[in-house]
Amino acid sequence: MRYNWNWAILVTEPYVYWILSGVLWTILVSIAGWILAFSLGSLVGIARTLRQPVVRAVAGAYVEVFRNVPLLVQIFLWYFVLPEILPPRAGTWLKRDLPHAEYWTAVVSLGTYTACRVAEQVRAGIQAIGRGQTYAGLATGLTSFQVYRHILLPVGYRIIVPALTSEFLNIFKNSSLALTIGVLELTSRTRQISEYTYQPIELFTAATVVYGLMTMAVMLAMRVVEARTRIPGMISVEAK
Amino acid sequence: MAGIDLAYLVSTLPLLWEGMQVTLLLTVFGVVGGIALGTVLAVLRLSRTKPLALAAGAYVNFFRSLPLLLLVFWFYFLIPLWLGRPVGGYYSALISFILFEAAYFCEIIRSGIQSVRHGQIFAGLATGLTYRQTMRSIVLPQALRNMVPVLLTQGVNLFKSTSLVYVVGVRDFLTAADVIGTRDNHIIEMYCFAAVVYFVLCLAASISVNRLQRRYAL
Repeated sequence: MRYNWNWAILVTEPYVYWILSGVLWTILVSIAGWILAFSLGSLVGIARTLRQPVVRAVAGAYVEVFRNVPLLVQIFLWYFVLPEILPPRAGTWLKRDLPHAEYWTAVVSLGTYTACRVAEQVRAGIQAIGRGQTYAGLATGLTSFQVYRHILLPVGYRIIVPALTSEFLNIFKNSSLALTIGVLELTSRTRQISEYTYQPIELFTAATVVYGLMTMAVMLAMRVVEARTRIPGMISVEAK
Repeated sequence: MAGIDLAYLVSTLPLLWEGMQVTLLLTVFGVVGGIALGTVLAVLRLSRTKPLALAAGAYVNFFRSLPLLLLVFWFYFLIPLWLGRPVGGYYSALISFILFEAAYFCEIIRSGIQSVRHGQIFAGLATGLTYRQTMRSIVLPQALRNMVPVLLTQGVNLFKSTSLVYVVGVRDFLTAADVIGTRDNHIIEMYCFAAVVYFVLCLAASISVNRLQRRYAL
C-alpha cells in the first residue's frame, strides 16, 4: 500500500474550519432533532397508554409507520416529495423561501423518526410501573391527568434514562444521513475534503475520533442525569 | 401530482426487482457474516482470559460509537488504496455491514447466553452430564430461544440500513427507485412506492417475529 501520509492536512486552512463547521452542524442537527424527538415521542408514548382506543390506535399507527420505513427513505420523502404534494404556495415556500431548508428537513426527519423509538421507551417506562400505583392515585382522588403528572411520568422517565441515552446516541450517528440532502455535517465534510486532498485515512480517522468523543460526552452527560434522578432501590428497565 | 399511473409502476417492476435482489443479498450476507463474527466476539467477551474479553469489548464499543455511513465511506475509500484497484461500492458496503452488525449481534448473543442462569449449568453437571452435554441440551436451547427474536429484529434493521448503499452508488432497491424516478421524471411516485414496499415488508417481518416470540417464549 503506497500512501502519502499528511496528518497536517487536518489543521490546514481552510480544511480545519470545514471540519469544525461540520462538527457544529452535526451537533445542531442532533440537538434540535432530539428536542423534537423527545417531545413528540413523549406525547405519542403517553397516548399509547391512554384508555381511549382511537388515541391509542393513532399513536400505534404512528410508531409502526415511522419504525418500518428506512430513515433514508423518510428523509427523501420529507425533502423531495412533501413540497410537491403540499398546496403550491406552501410547497414553493419550502423549496425556495425557507432558509436552510435542508437543515430543517434533516431535523424534522430525524426528530419524527427517533420520536417513534422514544415513544416505545416512554410507553415501556409507564407500563413498567405497577397498575396499583394508578389505582392508588385515582382512589385518593387525583384526576387522570394528575396521576400521569405526579406518579406515572416522574417514575417512568427515571426508569428509561439508560434507554433514552442510547436513542440520544443514535440520533448523533443517524445525523450523518443528512449529507444525502446536502447538510454539510461532519461525515459530509470529511468525505468532501478527502475527495479534494486524497487524504481519506487522516480525515476519516479524525471523524471517527470526533464521533467517539461525542459519544463519550453524551454518555457522561446522561450518567449525570441518571445519577441525579435515580430513585433509591429501583432497577432500570429497557423496552423490548 | 395527478393520480398514480399503475401501468407505469408495473413497467418499472423488473428493474426494481433487480434492486430488491441486491438489497436482499446484502441483508442475508450481512446477517450471516455478522452473526458468525458476532458469535466469535461474544465467546471472546465471555472468556476468562482478560485481554481477549477486553479486546472484544473494545471492538463492540468502538463500532457502536460510529455511524454506519462513516464506516461505509471508510471502506469505500480505504479498500481501493489497500488493493491498488477499485472494488466498487458493493463489497465495501458489505464489509462495513458485517463489521458493524457483528458488534450488535455480539451483544445480543452474549446477553442470550447470560440470560441462562448459572444454576442450570451446575444442575446439569450435578446430574452427571458432561460440560459439552450441559451446553448442548440445557444452556444453548434456552439461550437460542431468548436471542432468536432479537437476532431477527436486528436482521430487519439491517434490511432497512442497507438502503445506505445509496451513498456509494450501489444499485439496491432504493437506488433503483431513485434512478428510475429521475430517468422518467416520476421521482415522487418512485419514492412513495419504495416507502410502501419497505413498510409492508418490515411490518410483515416484525409481526412474524412477534408471533414467533410469543409461541416459543419460555
